[in-house]
Amino acid sequence: MDHLVEVCGLHFARQQRVLFEDLNLTVRRGQITAILGPSGIGKTTLLKLIGGQLTPTQGDVLFAGQSVTHASRPALFKMRRKMGLLFQSGALFPELTVFENVAFPLREHTRLNERVLRTLVLMKLESVGLRGAQHLLATELSGGMARRVALARATALDPELMMYDEPFAGQDPISMGVLLKLIRDLNQSLGLTSIVVSHDVKEVLEIADYVYVLAEKKIIAEGSPQAIKINSDPRLIQFINGLPNGPVPFHYPVSDFAKDVMLS
Amino acid sequence: MIDAIQQLGQRSISFVLRLGAAGTMLISALFTKPTLKWARLVLLQVYQLGVLSLPIIVVAGLFIGMVLGLQGYNVLINYGAEQSLGTMVALSLLRELGPVVTALLFAGRAGSALTAEVGLMKATEQLSSMEMMAVDPLKRIIAPRFWGGVLAMPMLAFMFSLIAIWGGSVVGVNWKGIDSGGFWSVMQASVDVKLDIVYGFIKSAVFAFVIVWVALYNGYYAKPSSAGISEATTRTVVNASLLVLALDFILTIFMYG
Repeated sequence: MDHLVEVCGLHFARQQRVLFEDLNLTVRRGQITAILGPSGIGKTTLLKLIGGQLTPTQGDVLFAGQSVTHASRPALFKMRRKMGLLFQSGALFPELTVFENVAFPLREHTRLNERVLRTLVLMKLESVGLRGAQHLLATELSGGMARRVALARATALDPELMMYDEPFAGQDPISMGVLLKLIRDLNQSLGLTSIVVSHDVKEVLEIADYVYVLAEKKIIAEGSPQAIKINSDPRLIQFINGLPNGPVPFHYPVSDFAKDVMLS
Repeated sequence: MIDAIQQLGQRSISFVLRLGAAGTMLISALFTKPTLKWARLVLLQVYQLGVLSLPIIVVAGLFIGMVLGLQGYNVLINYGAEQSLGTMVALSLLRELGPVVTALLFAGRAGSALTAEVGLMKATEQLSSMEMMAVDPLKRIIAPRFWGGVLAMPMLAFMFSLIAIWGGSVVGVNWKGIDSGGFWSVMQASVDVKLDIVYGFIKSAVFAFVIVWVALYNGYYAKPSSAGISEATTRTVVNASLLVLALDFILTIFMYG
């Protein structure tokens, strides 16, 4: 099967706020697919919908041909063993060491003896360059290190799909470069399929094979990074070039300022 | 008028929804397949919730027992019935004070800690990350805490009663000079295993069930913010304490009424 993830006619609303209307996208196996969009557009929500942590109001999400939306709880957990999600916060367990954090999914799902488990954990930590930090507590790590440990943990079970939620947010240039390289290398060496959700346009376009741009509750553009760069849609031009003025308004929807001041 | 009816309807629906969520969570916790790993997690929680609550239980039990001994002695001496002090202390502790006071202390100490811990795990996305690692937090986090609390509290209540009875004897026998043989033998003759000890255990098991359920529900469904966790923790202590007092009345009617 060519597509690992298919999002079909997805609608999602949170209380009164509609986030997605008839959203359609596909993620090809072995590729890095980027989903770009401004903050607050629902990119993290989309990852949670793909991971089955949220249920759409309409439409479906398919993972390897199976419905995530309509799966029973045990079936969903079985599917999640083939998925990894790198949370924006890292979401490490603060009372555990780096080693134990990475060992957690292995201890939960396998019956490996301690020697084999140790080797596997050290391999994962080596791949993110943090084997030397194995004895540190998660609370002792910098933001960039925490994200790399979280990446090692998310890949511990060798998933088919890796999802990255804003992996570059708040990172210094070196950490950002390290993460970029890691995402690209892991995708190649482990034969993964990756979804990177981000608003860091320049960095993501460097590593992505295919790009979706999310705005106004749906996909407004898609294609290869080159095609996205030369797209003439004014919304895309504003977003890619980071222009303050354009079709995407600076202000949150509000009544006339003068009228508001007069009223107060 | 219509607004009031609408509000009442909304609140009723919201109450039923919350009850449903709490029920689903409870069923998930109750029907976890026991394994060796799971047993280790439960034992860890017995330590966290039970053993670490011992200092407060022991100190509170000692003082309550001593106060009970002193107050009881002052009343009973007027009727020349100070030999019955042991009975009075033992029965009031085993039937009422042991389970109820332990439950109130447990709600304050362990219940609030459970809510805060689970709430913080939710706020920092640890529960979400577990779900994405295909580890069910209801089975991995909620179930061991539930069973740990339910197992630990009756033992704490019994410990509380033992220490408090000893505190009562210190005041009655060692300080006020009641005959030691009289104090203990009258107590032994009047304490019934089923009526007093078993019923006390049942009460504390019911209280533990309710406290841990309330605490875990409030933590699991806490708003993921500092204010949300603080609100959830307060709600746990208030709701669990009031439920314990109300249930105590109902259970007392059925057991002794």
